[in-house]
Amino acid sequence: MKSQTIGLNGDRKVTAGPSRRKVIKSLAATTALAAAASSMPLFGRYGQAQSSEPIKIGFQVHRTGIGAAYGRWYDRTTKAAVKKINDEGGINGRPVEIIAEDDGTDPKRGAEVVEKMATQHGCDIAFGTLFSHVVIGSAPRAGELKIPYFVVSEGHHVASGMLNRYTLQPGITDVKSQVQAMAPFVNNTLGKKITMIYPDFAFGHDHRDYFSAAVEAQGGEVVAKIAIPPTESSFTKYFPKIPRNTDVIYHVMVGPAVLTFVKEMGEFFGNSRPEIFGFIDSLEAVDLASPGLEFLEGTYFWEGNPRYAQANQSEYDKAYRAAVGVDANGASISDSKDVATYAHMFGCWETLHIVKAGMEASGYAGPKDRAKLIEAVEAMTSMPHSHAHPQGAKEFNGKTHQVFGHQYITRVTNGKLVLAHTTSIADTYYPDEVDYTTQSF
Amino acid sequence: MELGPYLILGLLEGLVTAAVLSLMAVGLSLVFGVMRVVNVAHGEFFMVGAVLAWWIAGAVDGHPALGFVAALLLAPPLTAGLAMMADQLVLKRINYDPERTIVATIGLLYIIQQITLMTYGPEARPVEAPFNHRLSIPFFEWTDGGLTLSWPWGLGTTSYKLAVIGAAVILLTAIWLLMTRTRYGLLMRATQLDSETAQAFAIPVGRVYASVFGLGAGLAALGGVLIVPIQQAHYLMGHDPLLLSFIVVIIGGLGSLPGTVVAALLIGISDGMISVFFSPTLAKIIATLAVAFVLVFRPQGLFGKRTL
Repeated sequence: MKSQTIGLNGDRKVTAGPSRRKVIKSLAATTALAAAASSMPLFGRYGQAQSSEPIKIGFQVHRTGIGAAYGRWYDRTTKAAVKKINDEGGINGRPVEIIAEDDGTDPKRGAEVVEKMATQHGCDIAFGTLFSHVVIGSAPRAGELKIPYFVVSEGHHVASGMLNRYTLQPGITDVKSQVQAMAPFVNNTLGKKITMIYPDFAFGHDHRDYFSAAVEAQGGEVVAKIAIPPTESSFTKYFPKIPRNTDVIYHVMVGPAVLTFVKEMGEFFGNSRPEIFGFIDSLEAVDLASPGLEFLEGTYFWEGNPRYAQANQSEYDKAYRAAVGVDANGASISDSKDVATYAHMFGCWETLHIVKAGMEASGYAGPKDRAKLIEAVEAMTSMPHSHAHPQGAKEFNGKTHQVFGHQYITRVTNGKLVLAHTTSIADTYYPDEVDYTTQSF
Repeated sequence: MELGPYLILGLLEGLVTAAVLSLMAVGLSLVFGVMRVVNVAHGEFFMVGAVLAWWIAGAVDGHPALGFVAALLLAPPLTAGLAMMADQLVLKRINYDPERTIVATIGLLYIIQQITLMTYGPEARPVEAPFNHRLSIPFFEWTDGGLTLSWPWGLGTTSYKLAVIGAAVILLTAIWLLMTRTRYGLLMRATQLDSETAQAFAIPVGRVYASVFGLGAGLAALGGVLIVPIQQAHYLMGHDPLLLSFIVVIIGGLGSLPGTVVAALLIGISDGMISVFFSPTLAKIIATLAVAFVLVFRPQGLFGKRTL
């Protein structure tokens, strides 16, 4: 009797071999074996799992929505940091894998993304996002799912105690310490009567509350506070609210309309502007050579990390800049029009290096060691200026889960941002408002 | 805050808003008037105009004015072409059924937005204005020495903003001439009055519909091109103008051209004034409230005909 079997690679063979019954039997046996093997996923495949399975870092990124420009650069910085970490042998000998998901710069979507990372992708930790409303929307879910959530956001919500033990901000300073360090400079160098213009949501409110408190402590006065909805696209109508006796305009705006904001401010003032001090957020990812920005010449900016390579550029900044693909003017090496969010994105690089240090210190092997990882990061203190910390030295406060560091003030000089003042780390300290280490896991 | 100078500033800002808004709302009103289609995707045609303007302006070398003029000439017809394609592929297939066209245009809105996001990206990008000088505006004051001229702090506008206002006046006049003085306008009005009878008189109603839908989208795109040098092109920029143009069309009376222009001026200028003296959010609240009052006391709109 002839029977027909189909080879593994699909070729048909006609043989005078075994009977149909026998073939069916052996097929069934093979299928059963395969099913048994596949129902035991930990068998075999994980023979050496603890040492070679990648560490999965869930990356919550603003691909779309009003944070998109930041998201693009947070993505590039993260990829560059992971490449460096993997080239140097990974974490605990395991490679790092980034699983990126778009949060749409939307708090609701943010919480969903964190959930997806914890339950669907099986990530070891969640990491990323900048916009404070997304962090505030996502952190409670991270706490419920007990997944460490490393944010690069600079809002004061971590250190204020609003969030939970699973949320940490070890790679970037928060607004409260930034504005506190800026206030003496603004007061003593630029003027005492200040009008603030800021976006009308959590991040802007941090500026409003902590900067005005810091200015008053310095003997200055905030004469007007102008809040602008984050989705606004034209601004001239807000400027008449600036009082005439204003010495200094303090501006911090975010989102896609920032260029319009600064341009219209120039058109409003003409050549009779007061002193202007801005957070670079008002012009992150925007070319200073854009038409309409000439009036900024001589004004000052806060920068987390100076966009233009400075005269005293450290070897660490040089190496970091090259790794992320940013030129001396703060633009992409491949496209001079694609300007980086240089003042913030270093936070991704530094946070990933802290995650690496924390995982190595705690001997992190898998999700069961998440609490050990958080304890290891909480135990961190000094972070010296190094390849892992190219922005500068930092001090981490384990109780508040917040890092403190140097701040930079640059001045627009011939269309470039030139360093004018660097604050000390001590300038940024404030009393603890929370002790997360007392919360249980 | 001084009253006089800021009144002028509010008026100028309001007129720029009104200029763009009237172009958009006239497009929306035409489409509804002739085709009875409530085009929810209208804001996206505005956005497409702005995004195409960025693309075209970027492709043209030389003085920024060259790129801008190219965008002004090319972006609206391209957007109109896109809209006519949508008309043939979608709206025609569902026989312009009023309820189904609403759902269809909502779908169109998302499709256009997502395609823009996937190709152009989520960034806001500027287009350089062809000319942009800051103009200080003088203000007259009675003082002891008689009438004096002063240049109040912050009171200014730009030559480009004034040009946008001028352009809108010219374009609206052209639309009015097209509607009342040309054969095409006659066909459009005949179709609007009674499409079946028009068809009986051998008016190609299908083609008139496609062209009106294209014209409406082209007008929105024109508004988009004019606004990019002031604001920036962004894939989500269609929302606000869509809402405002619906407000304008409802207040002015659906399908009424002069009503639309008057309502655009009303909403634009009140938006400018209230924003300057109080807050932009209050301006939106009042505009929406005005819609409610119009619907209660004059459902056909200020200039609408009750029979429509």
